[in-house]
Amino acid sequence: MAATTHTPAKHDEDLPGHYGPYGGRFVPEALTSALDELDAAFRAAIVDPAFAAELAELERTYTGRPSPLTPAARFGELCGGARVYLKREDLNHTGSHKINNVLGQALLTRRMGKSRVIAETGAGQHGVAAATAAALLGLECTVYMGEEDTRRQALNVARMRLLGAEVIPVTVGSRTLKDAINEAMRDWVTTVDRTHYLLGTVTGPAPFPELVRHFHSVIGREAREQMLADAGRLPDAVAACVGGGSNAIGIFSGFLDDPSVRLHGYEAGGEGIETGRHASRFSTGAPGVLHGARTYVMQDEWGQTVPSHSISAGLDYPGVGPEHAWLHDTGRVAYEPVNDAEAMDAFAALCRTEGIIPAIESAHALAGAIRLGRELGPAGLILVSLSGRGDKDVETAARWFGIDLSTSPDGTDPR
Amino acid sequence: MSRGLAEAFADARSEGRAALIGYLPAGFPDPEQCVELVVDMVAAGVDIVEVGLPYSDPLMDGPDIQAAVDQALRAGTTTETVLDTVGALTDAGATAVVMSYWNPIERYGVERFADRLADAGGHGVITPDLTPEEAGPWIAATTRRGLDRVFLVAPSSTDERIRTVVAASSGFVYAASTMGVTGARAAVSSAAPALVARTKALTGLPVAVGLGVSSGEQAREVAAYADGVIVGSAFVRLILQASDRAAARDAVRRLAADLAAGVRGNRACG
Repeated sequence: MAATTHTPAKHDEDLPGHYGPYGGRFVPEALTSALDELDAAFRAAIVDPAFAAELAELERTYTGRPSPLTPAARFGELCGGARVYLKREDLNHTGSHKINNVLGQALLTRRMGKSRVIAETGAGQHGVAAATAAALLGLECTVYMGEEDTRRQALNVARMRLLGAEVIPVTVGSRTLKDAINEAMRDWVTTVDRTHYLLGTVTGPAPFPELVRHFHSVIGREAREQMLADAGRLPDAVAACVGGGSNAIGIFSGFLDDPSVRLHGYEAGGEGIETGRHASRFSTGAPGVLHGARTYVMQDEWGQTVPSHSISAGLDYPGVGPEHAWLHDTGRVAYEPVNDAEAMDAFAALCRTEGIIPAIESAHALAGAIRLGRELGPAGLILVSLSGRGDKDVETAARWFGIDLSTSPDGTDPR
Repeated sequence: MSRGLAEAFADARSEGRAALIGYLPAGFPDPEQCVELVVDMVAAGVDIVEVGLPYSDPLMDGPDIQAAVDQALRAGTTTETVLDTVGALTDAGATAVVMSYWNPIERYGVERFADRLADAGGHGVITPDLTPEEAGPWIAATTRRGLDRVFLVAPSSTDERIRTVVAASSGFVYAASTMGVTGARAAVSSAAPALVARTKALTGLPVAVGLGVSSGEQAREVAAYADGVIVGSAFVRLILQASDRAAARDAVRRLAADLAAGVRGNRACG
């Protein structure tokens, strides 16, 4: 579909919280009143200048916003010579875009008079961000994390505990992000009178997809202004990785109404679509309901969720934000899988050309930029959402590239 | 054709008691034993049986039912198993409904599911994560096939929400006794009587209480103010703990009899 015919993702006026046929609320009745309360608090907050001012001040003095826009000339040479700019969400406090959403929701939690937040986490980035915001605002914090992920991301578990959060390894189901969300929902339904569920991405029942998008829209707003100021024009294409899809919605939201800007979302192709071990919802999933929303879901013929796989814990999720489902169907955003190997090649390339170690999640977007640049050539202008930094992934990357993590007894590199 | 939900509740009421509703997931501990155990429940005094459709992401269920559905899914239970189980129970004379999270029904096809369930003799479906706002096609399909739709109310539901839920419901209304997930508890929530009273003030439908009832004593307590008592996790736990097939049957029969005495306002016999 030509980009000029795109349909912006607008809510159906008759059905709040829906994106075409997607979104909605598929939750136990016990949560309906909490979602109504959240919805009311959110709508009151976003028209309250005092709320906006407090959030903006935290973004400036705590997160470190605006995040820079970095020209990546040497990396661009690998992208067919295209001009490439990186939106540096990796430079935010806590190392990813996740802080944007948690600060907003933590302020909402306080506004609702609740004293406790719970969160799910895959890679640990959202858990760390949630624990950080909770510490900052004096909220109690419990993070649910799949047991499998606590092993993959042990460093982030330690960070959360240092920040005062309780981390509960989830040992049911596939022991990854989807099961952490199930456990967080079970906690929430039991403790909802004093607990806010600080959901980490643009999924879940309404109003979460809209609310999380709102707090990440700062990425796209800043990036659009920065591109006009630094590159002199709008980009030809924007590349972002898509797990649940919060960094992608954040950056895309700045360009949805610019028909000349192509938007590209990159899902985890894992070991390859043909192996079945991937997290490519748009390649093999079908519309269904997961975690409170109708969206694309990796599922079998009976509607049972199929486990996802990715080298990147943050993209390892069988569902996707409902607005992405709608943007996919309308053709406004093109979604493609990037395999583990291609993402890791892009990871290495950014390290060595720009001196930036990206999160493996973000490396999927970088791989997308390489594809786009080869298509667009030297005249092309590409914006990449560098959603997180790779400190948490050093061990995984070292293993992938065969770098020996052990040192000899005198502390020198054994090589 | 077994008697319908309205008739089952009316029969219980005519006996001056609450109806007893027992739950097991289809395919647990295997398809054949599931039918055997549910038939035992009915023989011991369960009025309505609730056949669970095992789902990979049961976010309203506690550890016992999670473990049971996990076991059933690993053994290959599918939506067809559920429908076959309903058919077998109907043949045995039981009044059966299905309890299912929404995605498996949507995936199977809303119209097709309604058709197959009605053809198998099922009387309705309890949908714990479907709210009336999202239920348009489901309401049309169930109406067409004369199936009852059971939606849930919870202690946090406002009167306005309860009005919306009961307007979309038929057969009975499921009152979740507590803010939480399924699982046997030492005491039934103190929120339940108030919720039942608020719901009954807004509908003529029977109101049944679920979540946390595990003994005849608790059933007696709930039966004093509700039209139905729903027991699931307590049965599941006994089966998970049973050493063999015979022990499971024995434990299930005993609990069902204890609960049946409870809804009749009697102390446990034997």
